[in-house]
Amino acid sequence: MADPDSPHLDAWSARQIDAFIDGELDGPARAGIGEHLVDCQACREALARRRAALRTIKAGAQRFAAPRQLRRRLQAEMGARSPVRRLPLWQGAAAAGLLSAAAAALATFLIVLPAPSPLDGELVAAHARSLMANHLTDVASSDHHTVKPWFNGRLDMSPPVPDLADDGFPLIGGRADYIAGRPAAALVYGRRAHIINLFTWPAAGADREASGGTERNGYNIVEWRERGMAFAAISDLNAKELHEFQHLWRSRAAQSP
Amino acid sequence: MADDSKARRFERLVMPHLDAAYNLARWLVRNPDDAEDLVQDGLVRALRYVESCREETARAWVLRIVRNTCFDWLQATAANPLTAFADLDADDDEGTRFTADAFTEPAADPEAQLLTARQSAQVNAIIAELAPEFREILVLREIEGLAYAEIAEIIGVPMGTVMSRLSRARGQFLKEWTKRDG
Repeated sequence: MADPDSPHLDAWSARQIDAFIDGELDGPARAGIGEHLVDCQACREALARRRAALRTIKAGAQRFAAPRQLRRRLQAEMGARSPVRRLPLWQGAAAAGLLSAAAAALATFLIVLPAPSPLDGELVAAHARSLMANHLTDVASSDHHTVKPWFNGRLDMSPPVPDLADDGFPLIGGRADYIAGRPAAALVYGRRAHIINLFTWPAAGADREASGGTERNGYNIVEWRERGMAFAAISDLNAKELHEFQHLWRSRAAQSP
Repeated sequence: MADDSKARRFERLVMPHLDAAYNLARWLVRNPDDAEDLVQDGLVRALRYVESCREETARAWVLRIVRNTCFDWLQATAANPLTAFADLDADDDEGTRFTADAFTEPAADPEAQLLTARQSAQVNAIIAELAPEFREILVLREIEGLAYAEIAEIIGVPMGTVMSRLSRARGQFLKEWTKRDG
């Protein structure tokens, strides 16, 4: 079948050119196409047209984000399946049939108490998403003079971007993300092999001191609120060092312009 | 993980791919309400079998379940004229601007193109009018940026089929685009 856009190009050639563009050909096939392109102007033109079309699709095609109510419903579904999931000890006891009425009452009491922030799930998801290939930063720079201006024009805020490299928390970059149903800035710092995502977004309401920290799915989370901004730091770093990061970041942020 | 309850496993392995799953469903069924219902149906079912979801292939596992749910639905409703022409541009998605906004375009991409609103609308309209199999493969490759091998696993076809189907989908897009833009 000839490509209607380019009669020269049969389906097999079009397919090879596409795979070539996508970097999906193995060495010999890739070299073969490369050699052919040197000799064949029609294929060079087809390649150029193909590339242009792909850029157009990438630039124009919409990516629909999951609606918040869908996320909430699925989270509710998870909760219904596993009512005691935050208490594995009690779960084990229940499985063994050892759960006395008194303990059951106590367990119920305990489950009600540590109500995790509804945002924690979103933070964990955003953090996990960022750790996937090529999603960590939109602007990769250890220079806060580069990262801070990058946010201008992309978000309706410009978060402070203090440099904490001297304290062992090097700046890795920044990213535009989505938290609490609105765009948020994500600052990415490192600590040894650990990645810290510091999310910040405008939030009305009174200042709130940093929480004692919560743990969710193996990630530690510290949240606070000041000067009309909400902050949440999340990492697989241990809670102690994450708190240290939080203190340092806030004192440096207060000093930066 | 022995102590990893279903719900925790689901949250860790499945939830990070919720946006990708919804985006695929949204493009396949072309309206937000059905997409939301189908993603929920598919993922609630997935919760039951989440033990079979492996860490390294979690995204393919999730997308495969959701695309199968959507294709079943497309087949079941194929005779229904009411859903056949659902309006892709119905602007009632929450967070629709999420990735349409410039801020999610990697700033450093030198090949990044700026399209006018009209051109973007045309790109979306052309993709929406392609056959579902072509829509699917363009969404997975051009929007989600997946490798051929992962796409093959999601769709459940050999690599060669991914290559030829993707190529045909691009050819069709190019043909329509040249018509409209030219």
